Amino acid sequence: MIPSPFEYERATSVANAIELLSQGGEDSRLLAGGHSLLPLMRLRLARPSLLVDIGRIDDLRYITSEGDHVVVGAMTTHHELADSRELGEACPLLAATARQIGDPQVRHRGTIGGSVAHADPASDLPAALLALDAEIVIEGADGSRSVAAADFFQGPFMSDLRDGELLSAIRVPVTRGGASYLKFQRRAQDWAIVGVAAVVESEGGAISRAAIGLTNMGGTPVRAGAVEEALVGAGDETSIAGAAARVDELDPPPGDDQATPAFRSHLASVLIRRAVASAMA
Amino acid sequence: MTRISLSVNGVAHDAEVEPRTLLVYFLREQLGLTGTHVGCDTSSCGACTVLVDGRSVKSCTMLAAQADGAEITTVEGLAANGSWHPLQTAFHEQHGLQCGFCTPGMLMASVSLLAEDPDPTAEQIRHGLEGNLCRCTGYQNIVTAVLAAAEEMRSAPGGR
Amino acid sequence: MATAEKTATRYVGGGVLRKEDPTLLTGQGTFVESITVPGMLHAAFVRSPYGSAEITGVDTSAASAAPGVVAVFSGEDLADEWAAGLPMAWPVTDDIRIPDHWPVAKDTVRHVGEAVAVVVAGTRAQAADAAELVVVDYDERPAVVDIESARADGAPKVHEQYENNDSYTWTLTNGDVDAAFAKADVIVKERYTQPRLIPNAIEPRAVLVRPTPAASDYTVWSTTQIPHIAKVLFALTAGIPESKVRVIAPDVGGGFGSKLNIYAEEIACLVLARRLGAPIKWVAARSEDYVATIHGRDQIQHIELAADAEGKILGYRANIFANMGAYLQLVAPGVPLLGAFLFCGTYGGEAYHFECTGVFTNTTPTDAYRGAGRPEATFAIERAIDTLAREIGVDPAEIRRRNFLPKGEMVQSPGGLAFDSTDYEANLDRALEILDYDAVRAEQAARRSSGSSRLLGVGFSTYVEMCGLAPSQVLGSLNYGAGGWDAATVRMLPTGQAEVVTGTSPHGQGHVTAWSQIAADALGVPYEDVLVLHGDTQVAPHGMNTYGSRSLSVGGIAVHNACGRVVDKARRIAAHLLEVSPEDLEFEAGTFSVKGVPDRTKTIQEVAYAAWTAHALPEGEEPGLTAHHVFDPPNFTFPFGTHICVVEIDTETGEVEIVRYLAVDDCGNVVNPQIVDGQVHGGVAQGIAAALFEEASYAEDGTLETSSMLNYLVPSAAEMPAFELDRTVTPSNSNPMGVKGIGEAGTIASTPAVANAAIDALSHLGITDLEIPLTPLRVWSAIQDAKGGAT
Repeated sequence: MIPSPFEYERATSVANAIELLSQGGEDSRLLAGGHSLLPLMRLRLARPSLLVDIGRIDDLRYITSEGDHVVVGAMTTHHELADSRELGEACPLLAATARQIGDPQVRHRGTIGGSVAHADPASDLPAALLALDAEIVIEGADGSRSVAAADFFQGPFMSDLRDGELLSAIRVPVTRGGASYLKFQRRAQDWAIVGVAAVVESEGGAISRAAIGLTNMGGTPVRAGAVEEALVGAGDETSIAGAAARVDELDPPPGDDQATPAFRSHLASVLIRRAVASAMA
Repeated sequence: MTRISLSVNGVAHDAEVEPRTLLVYFLREQLGLTGTHVGCDTSSCGACTVLVDGRSVKSCTMLAAQADGAEITTVEGLAANGSWHPLQTAFHEQHGLQCGFCTPGMLMASVSLLAEDPDPTAEQIRHGLEGNLCRCTGYQNIVTAVLAAAEEMRSAPGGR
Repeated sequence: MATAEKTATRYVGGGVLRKEDPTLLTGQGTFVESITVPGMLHAAFVRSPYGSAEITGVDTSAASAAPGVVAVFSGEDLADEWAAGLPMAWPVTDDIRIPDHWPVAKDTVRHVGEAVAVVVAGTRAQAADAAELVVVDYDERPAVVDIESARADGAPKVHEQYENNDSYTWTLTNGDVDAAFAKADVIVKERYTQPRLIPNAIEPRAVLVRPTPAASDYTVWSTTQIPHIAKVLFALTAGIPESKVRVIAPDVGGGFGSKLNIYAEEIACLVLARRLGAPIKWVAARSEDYVATIHGRDQIQHIELAADAEGKILGYRANIFANMGAYLQLVAPGVPLLGAFLFCGTYGGEAYHFECTGVFTNTTPTDAYRGAGRPEATFAIERAIDTLAREIGVDPAEIRRRNFLPKGEMVQSPGGLAFDSTDYEANLDRALEILDYDAVRAEQAARRSSGSSRLLGVGFSTYVEMCGLAPSQVLGSLNYGAGGWDAATVRMLPTGQAEVVTGTSPHGQGHVTAWSQIAADALGVPYEDVLVLHGDTQVAPHGMNTYGSRSLSVGGIAVHNACGRVVDKARRIAAHLLEVSPEDLEFEAGTFSVKGVPDRTKTIQEVAYAAWTAHALPEGEEPGLTAHHVFDPPNFTFPFGTHICVVEIDTETGEVEIVRYLAVDDCGNVVNPQIVDGQVHGGVAQGIAAALFEEASYAEDGTLETSSMLNYLVPSAAEMPAFELDRTVTPSNSNPMGVKGIGEAGTIASTPAVANAAIDALSHLGITDLEIPLTPLRVWSAIQDAKGGAT
């Protein structure tokens, strides 16, 4: 199918993009890699009046270190995240997660900024950002602001991003410890039925700190606080499994054709156990 | 209308496109390069895969306008100097195609895959082609063909 | 030298590379969507969003005023254009209910996606834009989407004029079934569901009609498997003389039965081209294809086996309910009949009763999808015989061995047909040997006893299928609306090449290659010198097309036999030229030589030239070296084989992973091993997909929930295992080449092998049944239930 007609502007800079957005009115949308928006437009489920293409703003495409943080430009593709040696060392979770998004073609075009701004609860990166305590950097007509990932995701396809704003970068602390992203899906190219992002620090075989982000376990990515607390001090398979089972204490996840709420919770506990083990390996 | 300049299979084009024109329809209908096929409307099947600046992309999920300034390679541009790309030869020799509709996308996805990993295992090839659907072959001969082409390309001096 | 030459020209059975590939590999294929003609307009259909509704009004005014729009028609506007409704060619019983099925609905819609109006515009985008502006008022009615709901008391009626939703009931009885069950020691009773499947040929459907108004004729390019059948039915449905319709099936991107039909859009574009005097093109979007192209399977099966204490089957009962969807598509009622003769599988017995009821629902019509009836039947018998094995405590390989029909020719099946050639036990033995069955069982036991969360299971499917459709008389006795023959014309060109014109219509199967092999051998010419023409009713006027694994064993034989006639004529001409009698000539590798005088020769190419110049032909011989043959086989063919699947089940997640898949097929003599293997690969993949991934689902209101490739799970390479293949060769006696057919065998065999393997893996937990597809949710839930846990 062919999208409905729309106007198209190619932004030359972040400021230009924000200006174009403000001129375009409320049906204006930013176009990053297009891998969330264009499929909806092809099915005519989205009908923007204006697309502001930020794909050529090279200033938004980078991976760089800033002290104990890594900063990733919004227009960095999933492939670039997966392929970056620097990111693989400083923040292996982000690279591992990016590697599991969609398929190679999607990873070549899809961007971290577009994916995060879309705020799809089944999308992989948001859970990883949550587990990483990432900050989301947003530019608007009135300047720049930064929001914690925990505050950014507000509901299915709803975020703290306001009309006229542009998500410009993601800041993540350099990871201490090990990390893993595990995803349960039917086909490799599918969205996650459940995804688990785990960051684990351990001392002498026992976990000293754990951060667990969950994909598709609610209307937003979910931080599994009860599990994280229970994981501290755990080390062997039984204690990790016991901690993982506390995913039951979270709000019940959604049910659909692929998974009932009970099955989804169960999968999450299995995947948490495996992800933690993999992060500690 | 939006003005774009791009290179397709080494040929420079300047064109006016409606903003909503998907890259695949620009290639097929404005340039007459009908080797790139459309098999779905959800970015699922990969039949429309082309190379954009050397990397595989689903041309149904990209506006022609977004391709301004890019170098595009389609299946029509795969053979060089009158001789087939090793992947084309391998698909032929290994019976990696039946109806041939998914084939251009499979080939282009495979070119990109081998550019990123010249020596993949069968399992890595299967995952590297996870964005391309074929309903005829059961994939086995496609995987065999990509393995064979990879070997050929590694052994060919100055391979492609 | 002569021997070497003979070997060098033996193409059948050898490894030649496909002639189809070069254009397809370079982007030079000709698919319908790629064909353009001057002045072409584009059609877009407005489709019902409701499963069941009255149309109370269609307002086309806004759409008509939209940019680029040439015309907009409602169903009412087009009502006088059709000479008949969409055709149904298999009225299986005399009292079958066949509802009217108009290409564009006039007053009632009965499934989501049924066309209610059509827009014609200058570009595809303009047509799509304007289609959104057509305002259709509906009065929604209750819908019914599944078989059992449709047959319940008080169910909403899909067709008001009938007293219920049944279309027909067809029965078949062989022997005294009640007596067989009365004396049984063991009776197995099972109920299976066959999910609804979406065929998903990767090329969506498309059609282009070019009229020549002054000549009142029409050229139709369509993504069809059946150009010849379509020509007849297009003419009858649109009310155009058959001689004025030319149908071309160019490169067609897969079919699997989904393009073995006559579709609303084909007929609509034809009448629009007539009405507007302009070429009309329509190309389906995939999501549109999902509601407007036939679906497959969707049956509920009740099967019973009666056996003695040793597990020897005495009798069979099968009672089938088949979801027809909202209307009867081309051969839909006959699909279960194609399975009717196979519910006894490769096994013997005394008696068999089969009953099938076709049921209307508010869903996209179903019809033949790869295997058509036989995968359903094979699933039922192969699952049920495993249940029998478990009940009497016998190994699944052993229970099959005890029940196999004997090795032989024309072996009578309790299903009612005589199987051309059988040798089931040797085939099973070969498979078991490759598998190393004992080792797999040992590993299975070790995993179980160690408490592993990755359990192993082995599943068998020792199938037989029925293809090569088939004797026209038999098809007639089943009320099928067409013949089972196919035709070929073979012409030697003056320069020595051969043109083969075939009535089969390939869409991926490699007929150009295989027919070239057959003709090259039969005529003794190089493979490269054979040109195969097909798929255009003006080029190949006679054909019954490609479906039901019939092409080689019917159309390929026609090629073989037509070549034989060419050689016969060439022999007479060569004899005349060599001044000997025809009986004095030997023919080998394309050369006629006088017996005992090997240097007195004429090649077939020399004869072809002589036949063309016609300067010195025998008395009464016509110029030219051409022959035509129409082959109507004396029997179906019955390929068989053993498929064995080994799965690993992750009991924590319910995931089923295939760790080995072994297929040992017997399709008789093999023309092209590479193509045969490719057909098995693809067939097995589709059967595995049905076992593990694919299921179309409808909401109660008739909405197709699995509405795109995003949620109807066509697997990719990443989800498919590698396959291990081997063959046994038991030639058919249904045709002179001893070939059987292989296009559907993989799909027919594989689904039950996978299901049986999964059940085998979990059988020690007391699990005896799992519905397909084996989703993680289903498998995990079954394990929880077996453990007594809650899901």
